[in-house]
Amino acid sequence: MTQERFPGHPFLPYLLVLPSIAVIVVFLIYPFAQSVWGSFFITSFFGDKKLFVGLENYLELFRSPDYLQSVVVTLYFSAFVVVLGLAASLGIALLLNQRIGGLGLYQIALVWTYSISPAVAGVIWALLFAPATGLIPWLVGRVVPGYTLNWMTNGSLALLVVSLAATWKMLGYNIVFFLAGLQNIPEELIDAARVDGAGPWLSFRYITLPMLSPTTTFLLFMNMLYAFFQVFGLIDIMTQGGPGDATNLLVYNLYRDAFIHLNSGRANAQSVIIFVVIAVAAMVQLRAATKKAVYAR
Amino acid sequence: MSRHARLSLLTHAALIALVVVLAFPVYYALVTSTLSFREAYQYPPRLLPGTEFLSNLHEAWVRASFGRLFFNSTVISLVVAFVKIVLSLLAAFAYTHFRFRGAGFLFALSMITQMLPLPVRILPTYELMDAFHWIDTYYALTVPFFASTTGILLFRQFFLTVPRELSDAARVDGAGPMRYFWQILVPLSRTNIAALFVIEFIFMWSQYLWPLIVTNSADMRVVQIGLKMLIASEQIAPEWNVIMAGTVIAMVPPLVVLIALRRSFAQGIAMQSEK
Repeated sequence: MTQERFPGHPFLPYLLVLPSIAVIVVFLIYPFAQSVWGSFFITSFFGDKKLFVGLENYLELFRSPDYLQSVVVTLYFSAFVVVLGLAASLGIALLLNQRIGGLGLYQIALVWTYSISPAVAGVIWALLFAPATGLIPWLVGRVVPGYTLNWMTNGSLALLVVSLAATWKMLGYNIVFFLAGLQNIPEELIDAARVDGAGPWLSFRYITLPMLSPTTTFLLFMNMLYAFFQVFGLIDIMTQGGPGDATNLLVYNLYRDAFIHLNSGRANAQSVIIFVVIAVAAMVQLRAATKKAVYAR
Repeated sequence: MSRHARLSLLTHAALIALVVVLAFPVYYALVTSTLSFREAYQYPPRLLPGTEFLSNLHEAWVRASFGRLFFNSTVISLVVAFVKIVLSLLAAFAYTHFRFRGAGFLFALSMITQMLPLPVRILPTYELMDAFHWIDTYYALTVPFFASTTGILLFRQFFLTVPRELSDAARVDGAGPMRYFWQILVPLSRTNIAALFVIEFIFMWSQYLWPLIVTNSADMRVVQIGLKMLIASEQIAPEWNVIMAGTVIAMVPPLVVLIALRRSFAQGIAMQSEK
């Protein structure tokens, strides 16, 4: 319970929260409510009339093979980015957390990639994989003579390359949080386990992982948001959803329907579907965080 | 050699290898930004820098009018980071130092920001900008970003650890709540403010989708969109050397911010993960 530290100022707290709340209501909640409302309408061809269609926009989406393809691509992509990215960063953070010299130096040398934007990551990986002239296709050509690596014509390869680029970009961020979480675990706990005869694996499995679970659940959620939305710039720079629709993530599909095909009802319905997914993930994250944190104590 | 020394040597070797592998893509981009067009297409690909960096930088700067883009990106990142910090400080102060009716509800409302990222409200938010006549202005590029869940949580957590004696002493000395806030609480929050500044500056500098849709004149574009223009402006073969020079421009400011404030940033994150 919050303590009253300055009695006798009945209006001040409202004034203090007013700016934040105003921004949230005007630019977040009101537009979101309109997304929901707009998802029940279609706009006539000339954009002058709105027609109520109930759930038709949603039904149409789930009947559309393009949309379902986009769902599958997003699932693959985000599973790759979240699972591989978190596993790799946890491994690196564990290495950093050994009591070794030069920690500060290693830390900045591994974490600085956090400042790279998704678009920049996209440009750099597009250079590395540039068909016929890039470094990686050249290397592959040397190892497997006669094979030409071209991710601009090979859909599954393109999906792999954008997944790798996106994972790479997020490593710095994940390492920062994992390392902070690891350093908050009292050393006595690990030492006590060692005295009791627990090897590195057992103490990792039964002490480090449970103690780290608030950090892990937080990162799971943030990485999911990243894989769902923030990678837009990376996709737009590298593939624009192609080749075919091989890298057409949900957020890219939404952008196309909203701003290129100008299909507002369909776009709003996609927004609402994405919201449901995030809301569920946020609940799961919140429950897992509170439950496991208690268990870890 | 003792077992411990061998193990630590192995750890160092692994870490150095990781640093090299993870930095390699950026190194390769840097090298490419120093080559001539012909050298950038040389086989086998070059791994050592050339001498054309300045002319590539100049070419990228002129071709995508990076001067203006750089200015725009800097302005919106600074403004959004600054306003987010102030609004979060004020809100966190209210939630930790006062009891007021509806506090729980308003706090929950503040937390909702995380669940309503741009894509779940993209079209109506765009239409709102249009209705305000904000398209192609700094307002559209900044104001919708002003609310911050991260900031409120970060400061709230910190304010809860500030001993009550401090505010009591201030009150006894006759200081009102706002004086206590500005003169004691805010200076005490320096580390958290710096950490949040790093996070929000990098977040804003990286924005791509929103600037793409709410700006359409060359004067209002941001650096990230400039990269796309550099790539798209190519006819036959991409001029990787010029594109990479533009990429270097886009990478520098957030990197400088991160490195300059790295200590506070690490401490701020550590504080946040303490539960």
